[in-house]
Amino acid sequence: MSQPLLKVEDLQVTFDVRPRGAWPWTPSNQLHAVGGVSFELEKGETLGIVGESGSGKSTVARAIINTVPASGGRVLWKGEDLLQMGKTARRQHRQAAQMVFQDPLAALNPRMKVGEIIAEPLITHAPDTPKAEIKRRVGELMERVGLLPNLINRYPHEFSGGQCQRIGIARALILNPELVICDEPVSALDVSVQAQVINLLSELQRDLGLSLIFIAHDLSVVKHISDNILVMYLGRVMETADADTLIDNPIHPYTRSLVQAVPIPDPEVELHREHPVLEGDLPSPLSPPSGCVFRTRCPVAQASCAGDRPVMQQIAPGHVSYCPITAQERANETA
Amino acid sequence: MALLDIQDLAVRFQTNDGTVSAVNGVTFKVYEGDTLAIVGESGSGKSQTAFAAIGLLARNGHATGSVKWDGQEILNLPEAKLNKIRSSEIAMIFQDPMTSLNPFMKVSDQMEEVLTLHRGMSRKQARAECVRMLDAVRIPDAAARITMYPHEFSGGMRQRIMIAMSLLCRPRLLIADEPTTALDVTVQAQIMDLLRDIKDEFNTAMILITHDLGIVAGACERTMVMYGGRIMERGPTSEIFASPTHPYTRGLLDAVPRLDRKEDVLPTIPGEPPDMLRGFGGCPFQPRCPLADDLCKTQPPALERISDVRVRACHRSPEEVA
Repeated sequence: MSQPLLKVEDLQVTFDVRPRGAWPWTPSNQLHAVGGVSFELEKGETLGIVGESGSGKSTVARAIINTVPASGGRVLWKGEDLLQMGKTARRQHRQAAQMVFQDPLAALNPRMKVGEIIAEPLITHAPDTPKAEIKRRVGELMERVGLLPNLINRYPHEFSGGQCQRIGIARALILNPELVICDEPVSALDVSVQAQVINLLSELQRDLGLSLIFIAHDLSVVKHISDNILVMYLGRVMETADADTLIDNPIHPYTRSLVQAVPIPDPEVELHREHPVLEGDLPSPLSPPSGCVFRTRCPVAQASCAGDRPVMQQIAPGHVSYCPITAQERANETA
Repeated sequence: MALLDIQDLAVRFQTNDGTVSAVNGVTFKVYEGDTLAIVGESGSGKSQTAFAAIGLLARNGHATGSVKWDGQEILNLPEAKLNKIRSSEIAMIFQDPMTSLNPFMKVSDQMEEVLTLHRGMSRKQARAECVRMLDAVRIPDAAARITMYPHEFSGGMRQRIMIAMSLLCRPRLLIADEPTTALDVTVQAQIMDLLRDIKDEFNTAMILITHDLGIVAGACERTMVMYGGRIMERGPTSEIFASPTHPYTRGLLDAVPRLDRKEDVLPTIPGEPPDMLRGFGGCPFQPRCPLADDLCKTQPPALERISDVRVRACHRSPEEVA
């Protein structure tokens, strides 16, 4: 079997949090932002990561490109462990994995011209590139993402949100990456512009054979662009499946609630839909519930859920859920 | 009679870069127990319409036209008179609950203030009433938590507090400006559920200002679509969604990815939302409209009535759009 492009095994990210007003000798609290996330990403595939704020979805992305240190687990890039890599090798890897951020204007340096912003990664990683070649590449990419190349000397504030996001995408692509991580790339954009950027991303992916990790809280957007979806809650994986299965046949109670909570822009459909509301808020990640982290809000929780962390339940090939109760129900139904 | 009757409302802002026409010729009514959604993207003038109606415009803004509350003209009324209406009849909740609650005051103090000031209650009566209202918006253990500060609550809880506070004086109209935009989808579902219950329980009329067509579909009887400061179309939500008669509404409905549909490529509206500083001679949507012609470039279409309940502003006929 061939090696997947990216394989994440049991990724852990822990932050030290100083309690307010603590003495210098008081030990810090440990915040487990990501607790045991595993997934695989093949070349040319899109993985969507969904979850509410505080679910650790952005932290997973940041740990993969090593902007936050992972405290455990393995991140295998074509079979090599990124977390064990030396400096030079990691620099190589950085060229292959690029990131697009949420707030398009904030991600661009306001004092640099658009051309400079897009060219910067190339100048950093390949300083010997001739000027003419840089200019050609920048012009080519701007056209590719739908910006007129004559805008090359403008500053970011002269662009609208959608155009800024296109600049961010061009910058991510100039090093010919194999993986692009998009962290909420469209949530700050207007509805009519959002569709343009989503289409641009899927088009680029198809043409350039990119792998994408697409992080968003909007399940409809994630479903549209992803092959597989990973659902996270409080730093843990709840369910993984291909996009259609996850939306049409969710197993985990959290995925079910999430799917039901997404409003559908059609009054006829809304009228006849079930709207069970998930009560309560996300518990504090500093003191997560024992056992299954979702049990405090779970509609089917039982006493046994408070015991051990739930183990992985294989529902079908490529479909796993971390809820033993619903998985058992499902098995009984099909039996 | 209509509760709120807005006729030909226009809002202008004087800025260093020139005059911005944020709202142009907006006309609509809200009736007792009505739910109206105002839908639009950033810069569509949806929030400024509401701000102008209840006198909350920024200092460089000026509103013209007519806003009647219960038959009485309230546009550009002096602050003191407006405060009477805003305190007891119209309430507004905002997008970010943290910035609209005072971080230095306990929730109890901010809430009781409303009642002691406007309804002349004693502190004790006010406290009891506030706790009852927090219970009504389903804040668990309200009696104990009322003495906490806003930062001690989560985003969803803060929005509940805002809603409870806005309901204290039993308003007849509640204006909700993007009430769930800052919240997670499961919490959004909770808040929308709550707003629906409140509407039924108190028979409060509601104006919901939002960019999210999904929550409109489930919450509002009527919908008004705005773009570039003008009304594009207005009518019953079910009709607007089932048979839009404006190219913008049509484009907007198509451009939203839907959970219950599979499509390979999303239909898009080309171009960018309008730059309100520049102003436009004709229809604001014309540069992005697939059906635009020369007439659209020069003349803004007037609002025309196409049935008892629907109006639209487009030079092309409804059949051409459909």
